Amino acid sequence: MAEPNEESAAAQAAAVAEEDPAKLSNNRVLTNLHQMFGEDAFTDVEEPYGLLTATTTRERIHEIIEALQAEQEMQFHFLTTMCGIHYPDHEGKELGMIYHLHSLVNNVRLRLKIFFPISDPVVPTLTDLYATANWMEREAYDFFGIIFPGHPNLIRILNVEDMDYHPMRKEYPLEDGTREDKTDLFFGR
Amino acid sequence: MAVNDTLAGTHKIIQEAREQQHNQLVPTVNDFNQELTTLNLGPTHPATHGIFQNILQMDGERIVSGVPTIGYIHRAFEKIAERRPLYQITPLTDRMNYCSSPINNMGWHMTVEKLLGITVPKRAQYMRVIMMELARIVDHLICNSILGVDTGAFTGFLYVFQEREKVYEIYEEVCGARLTTNMGRIGGMERDFSPVALEKLRKWVKEFPAVMREFQSMFDRNRIFMDRTQYVGGITAEKALNYGFTGPNLRAAGVDYDVRAMNPYSSYEDFDFEIPVGTNGDTYDRYLVRNEEIWQSLRIIEQALENLPEGPYHADAPHYYLPPKQAVYKNMEALIYHFKIIMGEIEAPVGEVYHSVEGGNGELGFYLISDGGRTPYRLHFRRPCFIYYQAYSEMVVGQSLSDAIVTLSSMNVIAGELDA
Repeated sequence: MAEPNEESAAAQAAAVAEEDPAKLSNNRVLTNLHQMFGEDAFTDVEEPYGLLTATTTRERIHEIIEALQAEQEMQFHFLTTMCGIHYPDHEGKELGMIYHLHSLVNNVRLRLKIFFPISDPVVPTLTDLYATANWMEREAYDFFGIIFPGHPNLIRILNVEDMDYHPMRKEYPLEDGTREDKTDLFFGR
Repeated sequence: MAVNDTLAGTHKIIQEAREQQHNQLVPTVNDFNQELTTLNLGPTHPATHGIFQNILQMDGERIVSGVPTIGYIHRAFEKIAERRPLYQITPLTDRMNYCSSPINNMGWHMTVEKLLGITVPKRAQYMRVIMMELARIVDHLICNSILGVDTGAFTGFLYVFQEREKVYEIYEEVCGARLTTNMGRIGGMERDFSPVALEKLRKWVKEFPAVMREFQSMFDRNRIFMDRTQYVGGITAEKALNYGFTGPNLRAAGVDYDVRAMNPYSSYEDFDFEIPVGTNGDTYDRYLVRNEEIWQSLRIIEQALENLPEGPYHADAPHYYLPPKQAVYKNMEALIYHFKIIMGEIEAPVGEVYHSVEGGNGELGFYLISDGGRTPYRLHFRRPCFIYYQAYSEMVVGQSLSDAIVTLSSMNVIAGELDA
């Protein structure tokens, strides 16, 4: 998607040139991923700004992250963050979850994405693998209405309980859409 | 920690004695068939340091379970950011961890620079390092001194609050603001250090160690303080990692993960510093780790001041770096760019970038997805407080209410960052 800037491109070139066998590179991670889960498990593999990014499916995400956590060589023990995203124009793939994993031993980060229809926003929970996933999933539920079956306490976290919509979805614009005294043409609106 | 090594034997004895005391004095529910008491610790209690509620089930003095509730000052920063040009998101970030706003600001600026491919000159990077380390010192100082207040020692707080005041004077000299600073810009610093700022900085770096030593001598080996904090609110390294802990709270548990060392940004690779780690992950270790980090930050500041490179203090990026106000009055180009930047007319390139800095509380991450518009398509803040506060209720179970108070203050939960 993104063109890496010159600096990171140079760094990547240098990394390829002198590949340290003891050091886990993005290429190695990708090869391992393909070996473990098959080539067809991942689509849209990119490296924006040096961070390996891959898209997978929600049917496989739990299995993949569980295996990555247990895997001896890579040891993705740390779930840095996870967040939802909404693309209203992508039909059948309106909602998404984005996971950032970090292998502290190897200092390699990995970004995994899944997309699914807004009419069926159900994603397996990660709370059985990472305790930290608890509130992040509650936040994703609160903001995007993504439902995590198996979550111990899936209630809103930052917004009030009696809210009946999920405010980070794109259909709720920040400013009052009925106002006519402002135009979107100017001032970045 | 050296202190811990020498005291390891004593620690064991204290811990066993405490456990015995607990077992003897505190009747369990089954013994007496008592009902549990529900206690609301917070939302607005002086000991909760902000707005967060903990619904505790108490069996006498002992906590049986706890449910944290947050969101009382949720301000929808992620949503607001979707309507703001990149430059104008800066004031949102410094309202997250208001104890160390320069770190938040500059972390955000570095994220944008990564997206735009701007390389910041060395001098600006060193200046950023100085300001970020100052902010870290203040953050840790306030956390540790408030821990003192929560154990009944108010004096230490007054001592170091004066030091915070002096640091804020340096901020004021650098940028004019004190709490919600605006010294950073996309592409560098807003202005160079003035001679007065440098002088104040050097003076403070020279004078502060004496105050710090006095502060430490008040607490480090204080019998009351040690009894209140040792083996209180402890967490193991595995648990801490599983809970996503970062920063001093993780390092107190014995994991030496520091973003500054692992993914150096802003020239941190140039500096020589150590990563202090604790052993038990308890309140006392968190206190010690923070103190040691203050000394390391001072080391970094000294090195940066000594080797401060000459040269420009901002990158040559007219599309993003706000021109100096004097130039705006006289120079047509500057006026145009000033208008365009302020009005957010300039579009960001397509891309997604994750950048993290070592904030006062741990890994502060910015995940920015840009679809080529003027504003981010999606901006997600990885707020360390939000992530580790969920472990709090587990950390205090089985302890007394007074232990819960010091555990909370030693974790340094900042309400602004928690709720964002």
